[in-house]
Amino acid sequence: MVEITDLHKTFGKNNVLNGVNLNINEGGVFAILGPNGSGKTTIIKSILGMVIPDNGLIKVCDVSIKNNSIYRHKIDYLPQIANFPSNLKVNELIKMIKDLRGDTHHDKTLIKTFKLEPFLDKKLGTLSGGTKQKVNIVLTFMFNSPILILDEPTTGLDPISLIHLKELLKAEKSKGKTILITSHIMSFVEEVADEIVFILEGKIYFKGSIAKLKTKTKQKDFEHAIANILTKEDA
Amino acid sequence: MLKILKYSFYDLMRSSWSYVYFAFYLVLGIVLLFLNNNLSKAVITLMNVIIVLVPLIATIFGVMYYYSSKEFTELLLAQPLNRSSIFLGQYFGVAISLSMSLILGLGIPFIAYGLLKSGAIWDFSLLLITGVFLTFIFSALAFNIALSNENKIKGFGYAILMWLFLAIIYDGLFLMSLIIFEAYPLDKVSLLGTILNPIDLSRTLILLKLDISALLGYTGAVFKQFFGTSLGLIISFVMLMIWVILPVLRINFKSRKKDF
Repeated sequence: MVEITDLHKTFGKNNVLNGVNLNINEGGVFAILGPNGSGKTTIIKSILGMVIPDNGLIKVCDVSIKNNSIYRHKIDYLPQIANFPSNLKVNELIKMIKDLRGDTHHDKTLIKTFKLEPFLDKKLGTLSGGTKQKVNIVLTFMFNSPILILDEPTTGLDPISLIHLKELLKAEKSKGKTILITSHIMSFVEEVADEIVFILEGKIYFKGSIAKLKTKTKQKDFEHAIANILTKEDA
Repeated sequence: MLKILKYSFYDLMRSSWSYVYFAFYLVLGIVLLFLNNNLSKAVITLMNVIIVLVPLIATIFGVMYYYSSKEFTELLLAQPLNRSSIFLGQYFGVAISLSMSLILGLGIPFIAYGLLKSGAIWDFSLLLITGVFLTFIFSALAFNIALSNENKIKGFGYAILMWLFLAIIYDGLFLMSLIIFEAYPLDKVSLLGTILNPIDLSRTLILLKLDISALLGYTGAVFKQFFGTSLGLIISFVMLMIWVILPVLRINFKSRKKDF
């Protein structure tokens, strides 16, 4: 589904990605983990074509993404910080994205699930962080694309919305979609992810199931397994 | 690209800035007509204002729009749209809405005053055309500066410097060089110097059309000879076109390589 070969990226003097090779197969939830600044968002943005890699090849559904924009019809993306044009109303934003991507009817049910009806006529600039994130989720999930990329989807969500989000993820997974997630909430990752991709210093350090990670690090719980990798690296 | 243009345009039409700009020109037009009590004279006064203010407003507005629509841009980048249509759409949205404010803001009072029946209509149209050109040129230059500078303050600084240079400093340097090299024949050089700066080019073009080139003395005669002919007019417009096209091409080029 997504194939990354020898990806390099440097921002100024900061060498972020150092030859990433990653192959993500169709179907399942993949969690991209790593400490702050390890290059998670850069990988995601490279897949989306927002960051132009210095070197390396990215293929989505067997097509190179270089100088291509049509492939993004296959990807739904939830950005890390929901920055929306502030003088647009929620309604108008949804309408606009539909206009750009094609029509869909899923938005109505999603709006209901996340109880966004009272906010539809409000300007995005006046919404709270959590509500913005809900709008963000609606925009991401309302299309039925085979690949979902979620960058820190849990930010600012209240517990009820978090449950709804997990349900949504389960439903999408059962449709056979490929879902990429980054998160720092380990309990969330453990609950939803099938496979872990651990990035350290711009390289893939580990890829496999949570169980495999536990045996590799000889730790009983997931959080400690991750911490184990990090402390070993520091030592 | 047209969809992006549409949304940028709507976005701008709803922002109060377009109305401030529109109202400013409306008031300017009315006041000038009231003070001069004469269409042709008002056109000349207006020229001085347009030549300096239109580039300034286009520059500030272009930079401001680019930085303030950063979120919108990032949202669009994740959609199946190619980059040149996103950035060119935004650029044309800004340039067109500014031009509209200019044309409507000045056009309404002048037409109400009886422009259509007077002889000043061609001078006035030329004034508006160069104003539109300057809007397109300077908002494109502003977009270029903003694209190259992540830092807002720096971007604003460079943009204002660019305007200051082209509107004021360039003239000073130009004049100084003419004084220093006065022993040499300078008509060709001064012609070239004028063509290379869109503000100077517009000013000369309008002055000559208004037939006040006598003020310019000997150089004026050379200019008149050049700009007065249809060839001179065509060359001036071609130069203004190039001043639009080159920055737009760079927007396209730069936006393709930028990381977000």
